[in-house]
Amino acid sequence: MSEREADVLVLGGGPAGTWAALAAADAGARVVLADKGYCGTSGPTASGGNNLWYVPPDPEARATAVAARFEAGGRLGDRAWMARVVDETYRRVGDLAAWGYPFPSEDGAEVRGSLQGPEYMRRMRRRVHRAGVTILDHHPALRLLVDDRGVAAGASGLARQRDAEPWTVRAAGVVLATGGCAFLSGAFGTNVDTGDGHLMAAELGAELSGMEFSAAYALSPAHGAHTKGLMMQFATYTLGDGTLVDVPDPLGARERIAELLAAGERVFARLDRAPAELREAMRQAQPNYFLPLDKAGIDPFRDRYPVRMVLEGTVRGTGGLRIVGDDCATTVPGLFAAGDVATRELVSGAVSGGGAYNGAWAIASGTFAGRGAARFAAGRGRPHAVPSGGAGPAGGTLDPAAVVAAVQAEVLPLDRNYFRTRDGLRRSLARLDALWRRLSAEGLAGTGRGRLRAREAAALTAHARWAYRAALAREESRGLHRLEDLPLRADLEHRIRVGGLDEPWTVREPPEDPRLAPPPVSRDDAPGALT
Amino acid sequence: MIEVVSAARCVTCDICIRVCPTDVFERGADGVPVIARQGDCQTCFMCEAHCPADALYVAPFADPVPPGSPHADEDVLGAALGEYRRLVGWGGGRTPGSRLDKNHLFTRRLRS
Repeated sequence: MSEREADVLVLGGGPAGTWAALAAADAGARVVLADKGYCGTSGPTASGGNNLWYVPPDPEARATAVAARFEAGGRLGDRAWMARVVDETYRRVGDLAAWGYPFPSEDGAEVRGSLQGPEYMRRMRRRVHRAGVTILDHHPALRLLVDDRGVAAGASGLARQRDAEPWTVRAAGVVLATGGCAFLSGAFGTNVDTGDGHLMAAELGAELSGMEFSAAYALSPAHGAHTKGLMMQFATYTLGDGTLVDVPDPLGARERIAELLAAGERVFARLDRAPAELREAMRQAQPNYFLPLDKAGIDPFRDRYPVRMVLEGTVRGTGGLRIVGDDCATTVPGLFAAGDVATRELVSGAVSGGGAYNGAWAIASGTFAGRGAARFAAGRGRPHAVPSGGAGPAGGTLDPAAVVAAVQAEVLPLDRNYFRTRDGLRRSLARLDALWRRLSAEGLAGTGRGRLRAREAAALTAHARWAYRAALAREESRGLHRLEDLPLRADLEHRIRVGGLDEPWTVREPPEDPRLAPPPVSRDDAPGALT
Repeated sequence: MIEVVSAARCVTCDICIRVCPTDVFERGADGVPVIARQGDCQTCFMCEAHCPADALYVAPFADPVPPGSPHADEDVLGAALGEYRRLVGWGGGRTPGSRLDKNHLFTRRLRS
């Protein structure tokens, strides 16, 4: 049993977690960062890299960028937050450059709009280490700790490369940066993102928001799971017999491709619209898109290759823990959220944050949350901490792999999640609710490092239930949420909160005039109760 | 998925065991890592990028290759081992791949 104390504990070592750790350390806090995998390679940023929402401090350019983003996000974003995120991202990327990140140059000037994942995250790890942060790799957290008033006070878990030795870190402020949830779909880099943080937070009563915007899928070559979208601007799509797939524009092809794949068609891509003189630059921009094609012996400019759609859930989707303060505070005192574990509605509204917006959000929200947790910790004595948490920590009999497969059967298929219907959602929820009751009653099997798999299975189940409950509560199509043939409705321009474990609930974000607010809580999934 | 750990090239530094985000490797009795949990591999290529000896090969497939596949045959693969490390630009005398980053050309095209 290893025991540590810290001012701030950061769970997760991707971009949001590392920026949070740096910000907390800069504020004078003693920081421990625990990653489920390895800080520097964990998560989709390290393996994928991302573009950045990077806008220089020209007031007009920034106002234009924010206004455009607000509209693109189905008007569910928050313009003040967008402005803060743009501003903080700009500053922090300047720090990265000052620390020596090797940006490319064009016409003698550095271009700072993109980060190559392995380089970025290797440097972030080094920076965090030099800031005096204690890094614990392969230390998945299984539950949060609370003090006797319910304030977050640390976490405990297991050290999976030390015979699953239990660990505990008591801390006066906790930052969750555990990533979104891609339901173990295999989309590269996302299999560490199983929604563990959402579950731990929900066990303390945390609220979530935007979970209906969770049907993010991305195109990948069928043989792999390399979900990179940018190069698809040069794609021509064809069916098995060679028939051209007519799409409005190659980047907007996703919905048409999804329809065809959902109908059982095979769809092929070829990047034959790429001008010859750009092809080398394409490889330099995204080596990790071309490497798996090269290795498979496919020349993507010449050969047709089959594609598939891989679920990226709330990694590229929008939903996550609800944020209630400028410091990224959650609804649980002492608990702050950064990166993909937090809702990104503030910057993305109803649409995918893709790489650029999520990348900026990770940097900015990590910085806000790290500072916030350090400030919170400074005003608080070392807490007396006790474990919290339910499903998972205790052993049982259900097979976690069977639970994962059962959840995946509800959320991976395009005809259940990408193209949603009210009946389909209700049927899925009935099965998922039954699954949750079983795993609560019977517990999940597994000892030692198997406890992590049990915990992940519980987290996936909870995540799917929140996503589909929120989806039923939004009787329209907006952004990532496509519901039957229901079009966008102007009167539904509000966010939807969701929460709870044994009794999930949804409620619409209160409108500004409280006299128009609906009853505070709906404990049933009938959407009629909300409108 | 990870398919090859070259015992001939491996310098038993344990780096791949440490850096794999999904904890796929275990240290073998002779110090050479073994692929202990291939099913957990997410084909992210991070081990291949971090291996200082170019001793690893991650096949491009999301599922294990069948017996007899050239993607599990070190002799056939040859220079393919460590390919991602070369692209990332890590290792003596190499330029970081990020210096050659051209994403701005393609995001700019979308905006125009």
